[in-house]
Amino acid sequence: MKSVLPIVSVIAALAVVPLFVQSNVTLNFLVVTLLIALAGQGWNILGGYGGQYSFGHAAYFGTGAYVTAILQVRYGVNAWIGFAAGIAVGAAVGAIIGGLTFRSGLRGSYFALVTLAFAEVLRIVASVAPITGAGVGTLIKLDLRAQALQFQSRAAFYWLILALVALSLLIAWLLERSRFGAWLIAVRENEDAAMALGVDATVVKLGAMVLSAAITAAAGCFYAQYFLFIDAGIAYGTWISIEALLTPIIGGVGTVFGPLLGALVVKSLGEGAKLVAGDAPGLDLVVYGIVLVLVIWFAPRGLIGTVADARKWVLHRSSRSVREAGHG
Amino acid sequence: MLSPAILIPAILNGLLTGAVYALVALGLTLIYGVLHIINFAHGALLSVALFAAFFAYQALGLDPYLAIILLAPGFFAFGYGLQRFVIGPASHGDDRNMLLITLAIAIILENALLYAFRADTRTIDVPYAFETIDFGFTFLAVPRVIGFGAVFIVALLLWLIMGWTDIGKAIRAVAKEKLGAELVGIDVAHVYAVTFGLGTACVAIAACLLIPTYYLNPHVGNAFVLIAFTIVVLGGMGSVPGALVGGLVIGVIESLSGLILGESLGQIGIFLLFIAVLLVRPSGLFGARA
Amino acid sequence: MAEPLLVVDRVSQRFGGLLAVDAASLSAPAGRITALIGPNGAGKTTLFAIISGFLKPSAGSIRFNGEEITGEPPHRLARRGIARTFQIVQPFAGLSVLENILVGAHLRHRARTVALAAAEQVGREIGLGDMLGRSADTLTVAGRKRLELARALATDPKLLLLDEVLAGLNPSEIRDFVPVIRGLCARGITILMIEHVMQAVMSLSEHVFVLAEGRIIAEGSPAMVAADAAVVEAYLGHGAAAKLGASHGL
Repeated sequence: MKSVLPIVSVIAALAVVPLFVQSNVTLNFLVVTLLIALAGQGWNILGGYGGQYSFGHAAYFGTGAYVTAILQVRYGVNAWIGFAAGIAVGAAVGAIIGGLTFRSGLRGSYFALVTLAFAEVLRIVASVAPITGAGVGTLIKLDLRAQALQFQSRAAFYWLILALVALSLLIAWLLERSRFGAWLIAVRENEDAAMALGVDATVVKLGAMVLSAAITAAAGCFYAQYFLFIDAGIAYGTWISIEALLTPIIGGVGTVFGPLLGALVVKSLGEGAKLVAGDAPGLDLVVYGIVLVLVIWFAPRGLIGTVADARKWVLHRSSRSVREAGHG
Repeated sequence: MLSPAILIPAILNGLLTGAVYALVALGLTLIYGVLHIINFAHGALLSVALFAAFFAYQALGLDPYLAIILLAPGFFAFGYGLQRFVIGPASHGDDRNMLLITLAIAIILENALLYAFRADTRTIDVPYAFETIDFGFTFLAVPRVIGFGAVFIVALLLWLIMGWTDIGKAIRAVAKEKLGAELVGIDVAHVYAVTFGLGTACVAIAACLLIPTYYLNPHVGNAFVLIAFTIVVLGGMGSVPGALVGGLVIGVIESLSGLILGESLGQIGIFLLFIAVLLVRPSGLFGARA
Repeated sequence: MAEPLLVVDRVSQRFGGLLAVDAASLSAPAGRITALIGPNGAGKTTLFAIISGFLKPSAGSIRFNGEEITGEPPHRLARRGIARTFQIVQPFAGLSVLENILVGAHLRHRARTVALAAAEQVGREIGLGDMLGRSADTLTVAGRKRLELARALATDPKLLLLDEVLAGLNPSEIRDFVPVIRGLCARGITILMIEHVMQAVMSLSEHVFVLAEGRIIAEGSPAMVAADAAVVEAYLGHGAAAKLGASHGL
């Protein structure tokens, strides 16, 4: 993507939505969609651009959520500081997990397995440790003031998450245009060749992991502030690991807008399924799973990638037919 | 210090549980050995099999051990179809896609169960559930002893299939040298599907052996599958004897760490062991790069 | 006399029971083209993997520019100025030709615009000028070989390790490629090449090392090596000496 204009226009278009839509249900839907888009953009940095498929991004989401909540509830820390700390600690967890796995040279299936296992360990620890409220969970006290990072209106929350999503889009856009990004993509495409060209693959992957973890942790921090309650199954649950990878893969893996588009599609389908079949646990995930299979089967580069391919194909055809016409 | 009176039954019970773990792991390692993918749907398939065994008992009055005769071929066919008509064509031969497809199947199966049957935990009441055998120094539950024996019969059968049948030879050929097997006219897609079917049949048998003494809910398979991953990693990816020995070892470790640390922390012990093995000896245990 | 740019000193590589490289020594003097030849399975590619840091040797040492570099990882060697191509080409298949070369150019240039300009220049120099926008996986074998070379060259190397860059090319493509390699040497880049295309070895290199069963069995000028009966027998099989002599005489 050449210019930053598409990002500006998409964000601008989304920013005016609350001026026209007052329905709390709709705004809530959009907030959750943007939240998933943010978590997905985190996954996309590592999985999409770096080719390292993590099955355990809940580790960062949950850490962000718990750190934000625990600092406020147990230590009386200001919510904004708690939010920043959540991102920082999430990134640190990413550094630890990345450091261990990449130094061991784990790739592919093994990387997926080990990230899944780390997230599970954190979930079990959180479900028994006293500091997380163990099985009961942690409740953040209602305090609807901006300095407590809580807002009376949904619109304010909406703009906050939109700002975070805008930032994540910008990060992906900058990544695509930076040396670090070029190296990261090179590692995804062919690690040996990248190393031969002077790329320190371990450091590059680790950097991507930290950035990725920080972004997904930010989504967790926001979750805690928005819903004011978390427990081990929410914060470190497999649902978030799945949704974080689902959105970029469906929208377009390794593209700036993939996670946002994927989140919109996935969440709309989930809501649609609920409308048709009633609100029942599991139904939305069944739909997500089917969509995932279909996308990989018929549009392996995701929706954005497939549209790009189709456009290239049409352009190629028309240029050929022009040439052929010229010959004739 | 724990007295032998507590320790020995714990070890024996660990072995009995471990045998069933081994059977689940056997299916996983078989699929890995031939297709070189980690089947993330394995746990969900176990949940489905447990539900199948449950309804075979509740609706048809079929004893779980008899149900094996029905479920093993049924799940073989299901696994065969999944690989042949979904996983194979959908993944375009890309490993990362295969990983995602098996994950997607896991999500679909597990949540379809959740949608259909809610999260309630169920059990069946077979008349022999609480019968025990007196070994002098300890009592062991009859169904678990039967399970232990059955696992070794299944392993033996599998070994015979692999060693002495045409399809077994074809499976081994594909596992060793896929391209070469293809060149001599072996239908690789068929072999892949048969392997996946055998792995799924293992899971169905494990479900039938488990259900007399275990409970079921839509997520129950997950608890097993991470343990099965651990076993497979410990025993060596693709190694059948490794899966058997690894299963027994993990069963005992879990039983003992549960005794010493309590149930939740015991579970963490398994995961940490799993992570440690993956981190410390990844290439040594798996050979080729993923 | 100054030490050669690259010195490989009694390097061995053991894989389990197999001794793939057995106390092999060779050197590549600055500004020259040196060739490494030998029959299939002689350990040439293993030796390259050691020199470029992809394998740690079981024994022996490697010096580059007078400094000990044994066991350094590939990315650090690239920074020092050692670039390599792969026998089996390894393009970044999902990227365009220019983006492929850009990855190499970024080693010396952080800023994207500067690196892009450098990559484009290297691409044109190697004859990929009108393919820069194409996806790397649409290139022909010859195109991929050129890309492999361009990418390595973009790292601005002092020493270039070429692993069979001419293999798989047809005679006219080889004819086009040979001057490119000679041009690199003229620019002051030291080249060590593994090559099976004997014609090219004869015309390009001034000094040849012969590796057979992991050992260096001969070295010298191409003519000397070609005349060495033991080499010819080991390397090309019976009766090849006469044939080679005839073609070289042309």
